[in-house]
Amino acid sequence: MSATISSKRLGSEFVRKVKEISGQNLHLCYQCGLCSGNCPMVSSMDLPPRQVIELARLGLEEEITSSRTVWTCASCLACTVNCPRGFDLSKIMEAIRLLTLRKNVDHLRPEDISPQERCALPQLAMVGGLRKFSG
Amino acid sequence: MSLAYYPGCTLKTKAKNLEDPAIASMEVLGSRLEEIPRWNCCGAVYSLADDDLIHQVAPVRNLIRVKEQGKNEVVTLCSFCLNTLKRANLLMKEDAEKRGTLNSFMDEEIDYGGEVEVVHLLEVLKDQVGWEALAQKVKLPLRGLRVAPYYGCTLLRPREVAVDDVEKPTILQELLEALGATPVDFPEFAECCGSYQIVSSPDDIPKYAWHILNSALSHGAEALVLTCPLCDYNLGQGQKELMKKHDEFDGVPLFYFTQLLALALGLGPQVCHFELNYGEPELLLREKNLLPRGEAL
Repeated sequence: MSATISSKRLGSEFVRKVKEISGQNLHLCYQCGLCSGNCPMVSSMDLPPRQVIELARLGLEEEITSSRTVWTCASCLACTVNCPRGFDLSKIMEAIRLLTLRKNVDHLRPEDISPQERCALPQLAMVGGLRKFSG
Repeated sequence: MSLAYYPGCTLKTKAKNLEDPAIASMEVLGSRLEEIPRWNCCGAVYSLADDDLIHQVAPVRNLIRVKEQGKNEVVTLCSFCLNTLKRANLLMKEDAEKRGTLNSFMDEEIDYGGEVEVVHLLEVLKDQVGWEALAQKVKLPLRGLRVAPYYGCTLLRPREVAVDDVEKPTILQELLEALGATPVDFPEFAECCGSYQIVSSPDDIPKYAWHILNSALSHGAEALVLTCPLCDYNLGQGQKELMKKHDEFDGVPLFYFTQLLALALGLGPQVCHFELNYGEPELLLREKNLLPRGEAL
C-alpha cells in the first residue's frame, strides 16, 4: 500500500478527534504488533490492528474508514491487556467508529436484523451490536 | 443472608438456565439472591469514548438502586453486566469531574460515588461460601465429567475489573474441582467468541467458534463451562452447521457454571433447564450417571 504523508494530514481534524475521543496518545505505540498477534478477529480484517494505529497517527483517514477492520473489532480487549506500552487500542477503534456513527451513518440498522434473528439472538447481542454499530 | 442481585435482560428471557439454577443453589448454600428493584438494562457494552457520558447513566442508575437498598455489594451472573457495571463503578469512584457531571445530570437520584462493590457469583462462591464448604454440600459429585473452563472476554478484561488473574485464571477450575468434576485446561480459555459481531457479521462467527470448541475437544474435554449468554449463543447455535463441515465433530455440550453447581447440589434437571442448552447435554449426563434414570430434561 502506498500513501502520501503530509504535515496537513498529520495535524488533521481526524487525528485530533481520534486523540480526543479515545484519550490515547497515538505516539506511545512502537509497532511491535502484539495487538495483531493477539487479536482473535484478525483473520476477518483487511487491515491488521497494528496498522490502524500507524495509519491513524499519520492522518490517513480514508485508508482506515474504507477498511472493515474497526467494524470487525469486538472490543474483546485482547490487544489492550497485552500491549507492552499500556496503549488501549480498543479506544482507538471505538473513536474511529464514532467518527462515522456521529455523522448519522449507521453500520448496522435495526431493520437489517431479520425477525428470525431478532427472536433468536440474546438481548445483550442486540443491545451490544446496536450500541456499537449505530449512532 | 440476602445478597443484592442484578439479573440483566438476557437472564430473564434467553438464559433462564443461567439464572434459575443460581437462585436455587444459593438458597441451598444459605444465601438469597434478592433482585434489586427498578433495575434497568446496563447497556451491555461499556462505552470506550472519553467524551461519552450518557451511556454511563444506565449502569450507574443500577448501582444507585443498590445503594438505596442500604447494600454495599451487588451480585451479577452475566459477564457483560458484570463488566459494564464494574467499569461504570470505577469511573464514578476515580473520576471526580465525570462523577460530578453524572450526579448533576441525574439530579432526581441520590448522589453516587462508587460506594457499591460489583461482584460476580463466582467470586461469592469463592470468597464468601468457600470451596471447602461448597464441596461439603455436594450431593451428586460430577465424577468423571471432563469440562473445559471457558472464560471469554468480559470476566477477565480489562485487567482492573477481572474476577481473577488475567493470564492464568483458576476460579472456574476451582469450582469444577469443588463439584467433583475434572477441569480440562485449553489455550483458548479467554479467546473471544465473536461477541456482538453475531449481529453484524454472523458469517464470521463459526470460524471463531470452531477454533475454541475444537481446541477444547482436542485437549480432552467432553463439555465446556461458561458464564456468558452471548458466548453460549455464539459457541452453540452454529454447532449443527459445524458438524456438517467437520466430519469428526459430533457437537459438544455447553453448560453454565450455575447448572453444574445446581446439579452437584442435588437440585436436578427441573431447576437446571438443560433442555435450553446447546450440544445435547442429556446424552453426556446420562452416560456419566448424573441424571436420574428415566427422568426427562
